[in-house]
Amino acid sequence: MLAKRIIPCLDVNAGRVVKGVNFVGLKDAGDPVEIARRYDEQGADEITFLDITASSDQRDIILHIVERVADQVFIPLTVGGGVRKVEDVRRLLNAGADKVSMNTAAVDNPQLVADASGKVGSQCIVVAVDAKQVAPGKWEVFTHGGRKATGLDVIDWVRKVAALGAGEILLTSMDRDGTRNGFDLALTRSISEAVEIPVIASGGVGTLQHLADGVVEGKADAVLAASIFHYGEFTVRQAKRFMHDQGIEMRL
Amino acid sequence: MTTVAVVDYGMGNLRSVAKAIERVAPTAQVRIAADAATVAAADRVVVPGQGAMPDCMRELNSRGLREAVIHAAAEKPFLGICIGLQMLFEQSEEGDTPGLGLLAGHVRRFAHEAMVGAHGTRLKVPHMGWNEVQQAKPHALWGDIDDDARFYFVHSYYVEPAVSAVIAGTTRYGIPFTSAVARDNIFAVQFHPEKSAQAGLQLLGNFMNWNP
Repeated sequence: MLAKRIIPCLDVNAGRVVKGVNFVGLKDAGDPVEIARRYDEQGADEITFLDITASSDQRDIILHIVERVADQVFIPLTVGGGVRKVEDVRRLLNAGADKVSMNTAAVDNPQLVADASGKVGSQCIVVAVDAKQVAPGKWEVFTHGGRKATGLDVIDWVRKVAALGAGEILLTSMDRDGTRNGFDLALTRSISEAVEIPVIASGGVGTLQHLADGVVEGKADAVLAASIFHYGEFTVRQAKRFMHDQGIEMRL
Repeated sequence: MTTVAVVDYGMGNLRSVAKAIERVAPTAQVRIAADAATVAAADRVVVPGQGAMPDCMRELNSRGLREAVIHAAAEKPFLGICIGLQMLFEQSEEGDTPGLGLLAGHVRRFAHEAMVGAHGTRLKVPHMGWNEVQQAKPHALWGDIDDDARFYFVHSYYVEPAVSAVIAGTTRYGIPFTSAVARDNIFAVQFHPEKSAQAGLQLLGNFMNWNP
């Protein structure tokens, strides 16, 4: 049976993994290559890098990091952040990324999803969706780290990008992100049932039970988490063992 | 010193495949081969490929690599990965595309109505993630790899060989499908060994030591 996936996420700023909240008080957390290697050894099913580098002249640093990681870590790598054009997608894939994630650029120009997937294949294109609840059972797409409303309904939006050629959805609840209260399970389940492509749940993980809930109750195909792994509270292996013991199909 | 050509026809990133082979065979010369002469000169040939089958076949043909791949599949240790497996067959449902026709059979899309998992849950397409490969017959490339070991898959189409003797591995995703084939000097897999951690590296290492 196909296993559910655990995906540690690394925020990268100007070539270093950083930890911090809302881009304020960023703390250096180490070398992305070393950290990726450690997660690989712990049994991570994939690794996601989110490039949060603000200045455009430092943007190419991520390419070198992806190259160095891809030379040593033989599991799928997803890279997001600052992807604006098909050319950005192509350069990241050539550096060794397996999938590229786009968020604001897809909202600004949905044709980018179609153009990019037409060029490199749907399997390489992840659309990241930041969702905020606006009414019971209703969520809206936000961009710019949750600061900018788009007026788009999340369910309509994911159906649209799936039709345009997205291969996977990375769904983050802005209401839960950083709270450690667990995923927004109603949101996750709604989106997972709305599309045929895989959905990665993100935002709010504070315990291993939250990861299991995302899969069992949220019906997510994969779960993404950052802080519970970065701070050394739990290893990826512990998380996989925990989920396995709850009867979830995992790669151990 | 053994040389291995990773055939580059512009479809997908070959870097990971090349790096993974370098990891398991440090003394081998790994060449990204965009021309027929480099493929012809190599001792071993790997044909990766991702994306859409019509684009892959068009690029393979327009870059003059079709004959080189057919020759390699006839006489050298040959490893096909993903589309590199699918193209060995006669025809794909994806854009009704003719393949190389080296193996009898077709390439099918996962049918919507078959995509039902345990407890009636819907299975997603593409089939993306780590799934088990049941070894259908002993083979040098399965050496030191557990039966039912997990490999990384990402695909919406699968091969359906007309001759069951070529089936080397099967995987279940709603339906059982062929995830590896083997015949003579050809071995080809639907999953991505270059992205399948230890099991994948072991398979690539086995390929580099294989003398069919």
